[in-house]
Amino acid sequence: MPAGTLYRGREGMWSWVAHRVTGVLIFFFLFVHVLDTALVRVSPEAYDEVVATYKTPLVALLEYGLVAAILFHALNGLRIVAVDFWAKGPRHQKTMLWTVLGIWIVLMVGALYPVLGHAVREVFGS
Amino acid sequence: MSAETSSSSAISDVEGVSLYDVDHPAPVIEPPRKRTGKTPKGSRTNFEMYAWLFMRLSGIVLVVLVIGHLLIQLVLDGGVSKIGFAFVAGRWASPFWQVWDLAMLWLAMLHGANGLRTVINDYAERDNTRFWLKMLLYTATVFTVLLGTLVIFTFDPNIR
Ligand code: HEM
Ligand code: HEM
Repeated sequence: MPAGTLYRGREGMWSWVAHRVTGVLIFFFLFVHVLDTALVRVSPEAYDEVVATYKTPLVALLEYGLVAAILFHALNGLRIVAVDFWAKGPRHQKTMLWTVLGIWIVLMVGALYPVLGHAVREVFGS
Repeated sequence: MSAETSSSSAISDVEGVSLYDVDHPAPVIEPPRKRTGKTPKGSRTNFEMYAWLFMRLSGIVLVVLVIGHLLIQLVLDGGVSKIGFAFVAGRWASPFWQVWDLAMLWLAMLHGANGLRTVINDYAERDNTRFWLKMLLYTATVFTVLLGTLVIFTFDPNIR
């Protein structure tokens, strides 16, 4: 660690870094997402054409990444709220982070088939 | 800290004789961040506190809106493969989903924009860079929110 830094490492800092990175990524996605949805005002064909790219295997992988980012940001966001508003929050912040990661892994496993199933079928033949 | 406050016993009789009494009151210490006439314009209101509170309140609502949205778009009823113009037309035929999407649009954009404002303030150290990055952010945010709102309100299932 460089001298004079406020960074302290460990769970607190890394969860903050991950919260920041996921937040920025989601914001950029949302910007593009509102633009692609706006194509419904152009023509049904223009919209369907862009949405077709959303259904390709490569983009399915990106969607899985987006789900990962949202789920982490949402669960960790609730942890931040608990740390700030629950009297015992700060004392349990570490336990809550591991709880967040546990729930996150379970949800990510659950999302595997719905989000990536069609991509796997397309790449490896049904 | 001065020697008076740390080593001698200004605190209580238990630790010795107090330096201060009714006739010799302790010096008043100004609250370090008290607002005065010299406070810069930008910090005379509680804007940052309300922004902090908004991040938490909007976040809680967004959990329901965004995760519900992802469930509908990516998981239920065939996942992404069902999405298309006809699907959107079906959804926006219902005022419930229009309001859902509108709330999600506004809350997520304002929450994300305020978050990015914090990030810019943290990393852009030159005044000029910071100012222009934020102008770019605000322009993109206003444009996106207005476009998205317009799209929901003017959607036409019989566009052709
Ligand atoms: C890859 C995942 C996603 C897919 C496939 C998807 C799909 C869609 C579709 C089909 C619509 C059209 C209206 C509707 O059916 O409700 C829509 C609108 C919308 N989505 Fe998503 N969405 C995704 C992720 C997200 C995320 C993560 C957010 C929020 C951060 C979001 C925010 C919105 C908003 C605000 C609208 C309304 C847009 C407008 O006002 O023009 N979406 N999305
Ligand atoms: C799904 C529900 C969400 C929850 C519970 C949530 C919660 C939070 C909380 C509590 C903060 C404040 C962190 C702090 O003040 O230290 C925050 C920051 C942030 N959020 Fe969210 N959020 C959610 C969705 C979103 C969405 C959809 C976006 C993007 C459009 C987003 C982008 C950001 C950004 C960029 C920050 C700033 C990060 C930083 O300053 O380090 N969040 N979020």
